[in-house]
Amino acid sequence: MNLLRTFDTGMRGLLGHRLRSILTTLGILFGVAAVICTVGIGTASANSVNSRIAALGTNLLTISPGSTTSFGVRGGSGSANTLTMDDVSGLEDRQDAPDVAAVAPVVSGSVTLVSASTNWATTVQGSTPGWLMTEARTLSQGVFFTRQQVAKHAQVVVLGTTTAAELGVTVGSQVSISGAPFDVVGILTASGSTGFTNSDDLAVVPITTAQDQITGGSPDSVQRILLSATSTGTIGSAYLEADQLLLQTHHITNSASADFTITSASTLASTAASVTTTLTILLASVAAISLLVGGIGVMNIMLVSVTERTQEIGLRKALGATPRDLLRQFLIEAATLSFVGGVLGVGAGLLAGILVPRLANIAVTITPTPVVIAVAVAAGVGLIFGVYPAARAARLAPIAALRAE
Amino acid sequence: MAARAAPAEMTAEIIRLVDVSKVYGTGDATVRAVDAVTLSVNEGDFLAVMGPSGSGKSTLMHILGCLDVPTTGEYRFAGEDVSRMDERELASIRNRRIGFVFQQFHLLSSMSAWRNVELPLLYRAARDRKQTALNALAQVGLSNRVDHRPNQLSGGQQQRVAIARALVTDPTMILADEPTGNLDSHASREVLEILTGLNRSGHTIVLITHDPNVAGVAERVVEMSDGRLRARVAA
Repeated sequence: MNLLRTFDTGMRGLLGHRLRSILTTLGILFGVAAVICTVGIGTASANSVNSRIAALGTNLLTISPGSTTSFGVRGGSGSANTLTMDDVSGLEDRQDAPDVAAVAPVVSGSVTLVSASTNWATTVQGSTPGWLMTEARTLSQGVFFTRQQVAKHAQVVVLGTTTAAELGVTVGSQVSISGAPFDVVGILTASGSTGFTNSDDLAVVPITTAQDQITGGSPDSVQRILLSATSTGTIGSAYLEADQLLLQTHHITNSASADFTITSASTLASTAASVTTTLTILLASVAAISLLVGGIGVMNIMLVSVTERTQEIGLRKALGATPRDLLRQFLIEAATLSFVGGVLGVGAGLLAGILVPRLANIAVTITPTPVVIAVAVAAGVGLIFGVYPAARAARLAPIAALRAE
Repeated sequence: MAARAAPAEMTAEIIRLVDVSKVYGTGDATVRAVDAVTLSVNEGDFLAVMGPSGSGKSTLMHILGCLDVPTTGEYRFAGEDVSRMDERELASIRNRRIGFVFQQFHLLSSMSAWRNVELPLLYRAARDRKQTALNALAQVGLSNRVDHRPNQLSGGQQQRVAIARALVTDPTMILADEPTGNLDSHASREVLEILTGLNRSGHTIVLITHDPNVAGVAERVVEMSDGRLRARVAA
C-alpha cells in the first residue's frame, strides 16, 4: 500500500469518526493553550517582579555599623556608630575601590516640615550628591545640592514628590525644618512605592546641615554608607573592595570581628527571584497538570474506540492489510489529530495571551520554550496513545481482532 | 468475468489439505479443534462444510481462509504452501486469492457501500478502484445503493455488499462463513441464489454452515464432528 493511499485511508478514517476526532483535537488544543497561557502569566509576573527589583538599584551596597555576629559579646548591628566620614572619603578613592561608582554617607531622622500653608511629618536624610546615584534616583524639577553646598552647610532641601505635594511647595519655595528655613532646590522623580516604604515621601538635605540642625551627634560619624557598584556584574568585587578598605582603616585583622556590616540589594533580588521561580514552577505545574488531563482525555478517547477499531483492524487484515499498513494508517491518523490540535492550541494560547491582559488586567508574556514543550508533549501523547493500542491490535490474529467485542 | 491467472500446474486443485491438525492448549487442556483433516477442493467446486457448533468447522474455516496456520499437516493453496508462510505472505494470499463473507457482514459503518467494496483493492496495486467496486456491486444487484451507508441498508443488502467486497478482487475462492446466519429466510434465499449464480459462472465457493438446508445448495457436502471430517452424499 503506497503512502498516498495510506494517507487517503487515514484521512477517511478521521472523517468517518468525526466526534472522536474532534474530542481528541480539543483535548490536545486545551492542553497546549493552557500551558502557553499559564506559563505566559508566570513569565510576565516574574518579569514584573524583576523590573521592580531593578528599580530598587540592584547594584546598591549598604554599609551599616556593628557586626552581624549574633552571639558572644558583640552587640547587634547599628548599636555603635563606628562609621565615619573618613571611611566615606576612603571609599571615594578610585584607586582603592575601582568598582565603586558612587558613595553616599547617610544620617537620618524623623521631623516635621512646615510650609506656608501646612505641615508634614517625614524622614529627613542628610547626605552628599552621591546619594542620587547610589539610590538610582533622578530629579523631575530643579537640581540636587552640590559638594560646595555640603561643605558650606547650606540650608537647601530636595523633596520627594509625595512630600512636595503634601506641603504644597515647588522649586523655589521655602520650608521650615526644626525651625530653620530651607530653600527647596529640587523635586525627585516619582519612583513608586517599593516594599513597605514610600520612597517618594522624604526630604534630602546636605549631611553637614543635617548633623547641625536635625540629627545632632558628632559631625564625623555617619549612620550608614551607601555604595553603588559600577554595574550589577561588579557588585561582588565592589563588596570585597569596601570590606578590605574598611577592615584596614578600622585596623581589624580578623574579618569575623568586623565592626560593620555590608548588605546588598541583590540579596533582596535573589530572594525575590526565588519567589518568582517558585511562582513560575507553581504555574508550570498547573499547566503540566492541564496538559496531563488533556493527555488522559486523549488517551481515553483513543482507548475507548479501540474495540470498534479492533474489529476494523481484523477486517482490514482479513482483506489483506499487513501490520505495517495498519500501523501507518493509525500513525497518520494520530499525527494529523496531534498536529491540528497542537496548531489550534498554539493559536488559542496566543489569542488568550492577547485577550487575558485586556479582560483581566493580568500581563501575559509568551516565550517560545513552553510553546515548543507543550506542543511536543501533546503531540507525543496523541501519537503514543493513538498508535500504541492500534499497534497492539494490529499484531492480533485477524480472526481474534474480528471477534473482539 | 475476467480470466483468472492460469495455475502453473495442469491440475485444477485449489485446496489440498493433508493430515491437517490444529491444537490449542497444552497438557490435559489440549483441544484438537481440527484433527487430521484431509480435504481437496477443485476449481469451480461448491463445497459446504457442515457441522454443529464446537465441531471445529470454524477453525477449519480459519485455516482454509489463511487467517490461521495449522499446527501440523500440509496446506497447499493453488499450489502454494500456505502452512509455512509468514504473516505478510498470508496477508498477500488473503488479498489476492480469497474473498470473505462473514456472518456479521463486517462492513465499516463510517463508509459508503462502494467504499466498503473498494477496501481490499487498497491493499494491492489496482487501477480504477471505484469502477471495479461499482461493477462488483452491480453483480449483486446493488447499483442503486452504492452511496448508502451500511446502516441505511437491510441485512440482506448488507450481506450482498459484503459479497461484492469478496468478489471485487476476483479471488480464486470465496469463503462464506454462515453467510445467512443473521438473515431472515427471504434474505437468506437471495444471498444463496447469488452464491449459486457465482458458482455457475465459475467461482469456487466454500460455504460453512450448521444448517442442512443451506448446505443443500452446494454440490458437495462434508461434515465436521469433533474435529474430524467425513464425506456425505449431497442431498
